[in-house]
Amino acid sequence: MKVKVKFFAILRERAGAAEAAKEIREGSTVGELWELLQRDYPQLAPVRMRLLYAVNQDYVNADYALKEGDEVVFVPPVSGG
Amino acid sequence: MFRVTRNAIDLQELVAFVTDPEAGAIVTFIGTTRNNNEGRKVIALDYEAYPEMAEKELKRLGEEAGKRWRIRRMAIVHRIGPVQITEPSVIIAVSAAHRADAFEACRFAIEEIKKSVPIWKKEVFEGGEVWIGTQSGQPLNR
Repeated sequence: MKVKVKFFAILRERAGAAEAAKEIREGSTVGELWELLQRDYPQLAPVRMRLLYAVNQDYVNADYALKEGDEVVFVPPVSGG
Repeated sequence: MFRVTRNAIDLQELVAFVTDPEAGAIVTFIGTTRNNNEGRKVIALDYEAYPEMAEKELKRLGEEAGKRWRIRRMAIVHRIGPVQITEPSVIIAVSAAHRADAFEACRFAIEEIKKSVPIWKKEVFEGGEVWIGTQSGQPLNR
């Protein structure tokens, strides 16, 4: 199945891309997707920071099971204000 | 009104939005770009957002504030893109029958924005730039 990934801020710069479409096996979790992306984008791997996960604009846990067409965002530490 | 915008924020628009005949107080907070941070000379801040989710999270925290305090109306507008020294990056306006609720809810809103709303600031300073908030910490699931 296919999911859509969006990168923001420091992760967008490290990945060198704002979006990616990723083919993953059924039932993959957000955490597993992150592992796969680190292989596609090795520059993501040295990111040592607290990441949150969002699917379809809601925060989820790393064990959240993805579905076809989900929009996934890995949220680096926010710093609005 | 919960919005992310590339344009300068209009304080009067927010005040007008929260103006309410049953309100005895309107509290506003304006976050502005400071010319220094941790010893660095700041030139500007450059904000980025996940806009759809940021607006959703702003609305969510507005609803949470409405559960915790007796407020009438709330408006939050956060600017993205470059924000120059002295310019507002975020404005919050809250109306309530009584001032204590308006002050508390406004304080809550700005603190929550800094914790959970997907907006990031890059500090552009003399000699470099840095994404604020990413310098330290451990990878951890929420």
